[in-house]
Amino acid sequence: MSTVEERVKKIVCEQLGVKESEVQNSSSFVEDLGADSLDTVELVMALEEEFETEIPDEEAEKLASVQDAIDYIVSHS
Amino acid sequence: MSLDGKIALVTGATRGIGKSIAKALAEQGAQVVGTATSEAGAESITAELKSGGFNGFGIVMDVSDPASIDAGLKYVSDQLGAPQILVNNAGITRDNLLMRMKDDDWSAVIETNLASVFRTSKAVLRGMAKARWGRIINISSVVAGMGNPGQVNYCAAKAGVEGLTRSLAKEMGNRGITANCVAPGFIDTDMTRKLDDKQRNAMMEVIPAGRLGDPDEVAAVVAFLASEAAAYVTGETIHVNGGMFMG
Repeated sequence: MSTVEERVKKIVCEQLGVKESEVQNSSSFVEDLGADSLDTVELVMALEEEFETEIPDEEAEKLASVQDAIDYIVSHS
Repeated sequence: MSLDGKIALVTGATRGIGKSIAKALAEQGAQVVGTATSEAGAESITAELKSGGFNGFGIVMDVSDPASIDAGLKYVSDQLGAPQILVNNAGITRDNLLMRMKDDDWSAVIETNLASVFRTSKAVLRGMAKARWGRIINISSVVAGMGNPGQVNYCAAKAGVEGLTRSLAKEMGNRGITANCVAPGFIDTDMTRKLDDKQRNAMMEVIPAGRLGDPDEVAAVVAFLASEAAAYVTGETIHVNGGMFMG
């Protein structure tokens, strides 16, 4: 079983069309990985699907980096 | 204009324009699922498609009921996969002059003709975004632009659909998803057959083509918008009205 970190990074790569080598824990979705508003919505929906959870809009807005997403998933599972 | 391998969902496909659209998309190779409000309607859609030698089928779906939309979409996805073409055609009229129109007449038309488009579109968008390809085609009406006495509810809903479509086109443009409207004028269907001779003659006078439209003439435009060839047409309303209104 992959770790949460690996699974999050895999989804980030798929959704944003970036290479795994470009994705650091500190990477910001918008500034470093080039996500637009629709990308971030899709990313959140993909995370919800992968981890079978629902991320409320007010929480989703705070997920700015890869580490934010990992932390959120870890603390809500 | 081949739609081979594409799954199309057409709401309100039992009669009239919806029936022609289902047939036109199937002729282009799409697997068509048509919705009806009753079991008998769904069966007639299945029979109609089968008689044309096509694969699709009918399902029961009430577009004014979110739970029914979810159930219908789930069934389609389980049976065939996620639809890449959505045609929002289902609609009702509850005509009356505004001074006499009941709240129920207003909300029923807004729910069925406008809110349904929001809900069905939302339900299919995720699959389309993943596929990086999608076609949403909403059937508006000439009266959305013209206005029509006795139809404040219907005109408001249809004009609302056109605005929704333009916003949606902007939101999803970079995902290979287009959203357009087709606005029919007076088409020869059960809805217009109810009119008497006097009303009919009055109508003919304002239609340069001098006749009612055929449902197949609306369906042909829908089939074009669904095709690969229409990839660069989005946020547009195409009028099919014999020249009665040039918005």
